[in-house]
Amino acid sequence: MRVQAAIDIVAPPQLVWGFVTDPTRYLHFMDGVTRWEVASEQVSGCGARYRTLMRVGSAEVGGLVEIVEHEQPRELAWTSVTGIDQRGRWRLRARANGARTRVELRLQYGVAGAGVLGWLAEQVAAPAVRENLRRSLRELKRQAEHEQARAAAAARRAAAAAAAVPTRR
Amino acid sequence: MATQTASGRSRNGQKAEAKPFAKAADGPDEQEPGHAEGRSPIERLVEAVARAIRARVPVADLDERDPDYIRESLPAQWLVASLWFRGEVRGLGNIPEDGPVLLVGNHSGGNMSPDSLVFTLAFSTYFGVERRFHQLAHNLLLSMPGLGFLRSYGTVAASPENARQALSSGAALLVYPGGDHEVHRPTWEGNQIDFDGRRGFVRLALEHDVPIVPVVAIGGQETALFLSRGEGLARLLMLDKLLRLKVLPISVAVPWGLNVGDMLGHIPLPAKITVEVLPAIDLREQFGPEPDVGEVYDHVVTTMQETLEALAAERRLPILG
Repeated sequence: MRVQAAIDIVAPPQLVWGFVTDPTRYLHFMDGVTRWEVASEQVSGCGARYRTLMRVGSAEVGGLVEIVEHEQPRELAWTSVTGIDQRGRWRLRARANGARTRVELRLQYGVAGAGVLGWLAEQVAAPAVRENLRRSLRELKRQAEHEQARAAAAARRAAAAAAAVPTRR
Repeated sequence: MATQTASGRSRNGQKAEAKPFAKAADGPDEQEPGHAEGRSPIERLVEAVARAIRARVPVADLDERDPDYIRESLPAQWLVASLWFRGEVRGLGNIPEDGPVLLVGNHSGGNMSPDSLVFTLAFSTYFGVERRFHQLAHNLLLSMPGLGFLRSYGTVAASPENARQALSSGAALLVYPGGDHEVHRPTWEGNQIDFDGRRGFVRLALEHDVPIVPVVAIGGQETALFLSRGEGLARLLMLDKLLRLKVLPISVAVPWGLNVGDMLGHIPLPAKITVEVLPAIDLREQFGPEPDVGEVYDHVVTTMQETLEALAAERRLPILG
C-alpha cells in the first residue's frame, strides 16, 4: 500500500532539509510516531539506521529502517531492515526562486506473504496512516515556517542594529 | 538453538501454591487414575477422554516458534485487535529492550481470552518478531484441534520445565499465574486480580534472576457473561483428577447461549481491551539479596490490583470502554 501527502512550506529547501534529516526532530513533528531512534553509529546520511514506530490502530508498527538515498536537499529515502515492509521518501523541491519548498512524503508499507488479510489490513490502515502523514506535514510546515520567521526576524534585528550603530557616532 | 523438548512429566504431588501457572502441563504418564475395576461407566468414559486429550498434548519444543509465520499473521491479528477489540496497549517501553524477562499478566475472557491476542500483537510489532517471545498455555488449549498454530507463535504447555527452558534461552516469557481459575472468574469479579495464591512465578523469576514485568489488562471479562467457574461440577465429573481441570466454567456466550465448559470457545463480544505494562521489578534490587516470596507476591498482586482499579475507573460503559 502506498500513501502520500504533500504541502507547500514558506521556507527554503535547506531549512526544511534540516528538519527531515535530523532524527531528534521526528518525535516533535511526525504525528503518530512514537519512536525514531538512531540505531547505528552514523546519525544521518546513507547507511544510517533508525528504530521507528508509528501507532496505527491497536499496535505500534515499524521496525529498523536504513537510509538508502540522501541527496541534499532534495531526496531522502529509507527502506526497512526488520519489522513490516516499508519504504519512505521525502521529496523536497524549491519553488518561488528557493523561497518556498514543495514537500512530499511517501510511505509504502505492507507485509509480504500476509495474503488477503494482509491486503485488507493495509486498506483498513491506509486512512489512519494517510492522516498521520498529513498532520505530520502540517506540523512540519508550522515548525519550519516558525523557524524561518524567527531567522528572518533575527536577520532584520541584526541589520537594524548594524544600521543604527554609525548614526550614533 | 538446539531443539529442546520438555513434557513436564514429574510433578506429581506438587502443591498448588508451588505452581507458577494455572495448571502445569501433564505428561501422558502422569496421574494415571489407576485400574478401571470398580469404576462406573461414566468414570471410565471420562478417563478414556482424558487419556485421548493427554495424548494430544504436544511435546514442548521452543524451536517451533516461527518468526516468519508470526510476521505474516500480524495483519490478521491487527485487524481483529484493532477493529473488534479496539485494543490499546500502554507502557511497552517498560519492558527491558533485550534479555530474558518474566511478563506476569492477569487473565480474562474465558478460553477465547482477547488480552493475550492484543498483548502478543503489540509485543511482536513493538520489539519485532525477531525477539524471542514465548507464552505458556493450558495443556487443553494446545491439544484442541485447529489450535496447533499456537505453537508457531511460541506458545508452549504451562509447566515449570518449559518456563525454565524459555527463560534460559533468553526469551521474554508471558505467564498467567491465575490461569483457568482467574480466566473463568465471574464477570462481576472482572476488576479483581486473582492468582489464587500461586506464587511459583516469583520463584521462577528468582531462580533465573530475571525482572518481573506486570501486565494488567481490562475488558476481557466483558466479552461474555461469565457466571461461575463451575468448580463443584468439575469435581463431580472428576476433571480435577483426570485433566487437572479444577473448573468447568458456566457462562452465557455467543453463539451458544448457556455455555458449559467453553471447550469449543465462543465468539467474544467486542469489548474494548486496554492493557497497561508496568515498570519492571528487579526483585533483588528492590527486595534484597534473598527476597521473601510472599512479600514479592503481595507486592506484585497489590501493584496490579491498583492499576486494574485505575483502568476500571477510566471505563465509562461495559464493552464500549
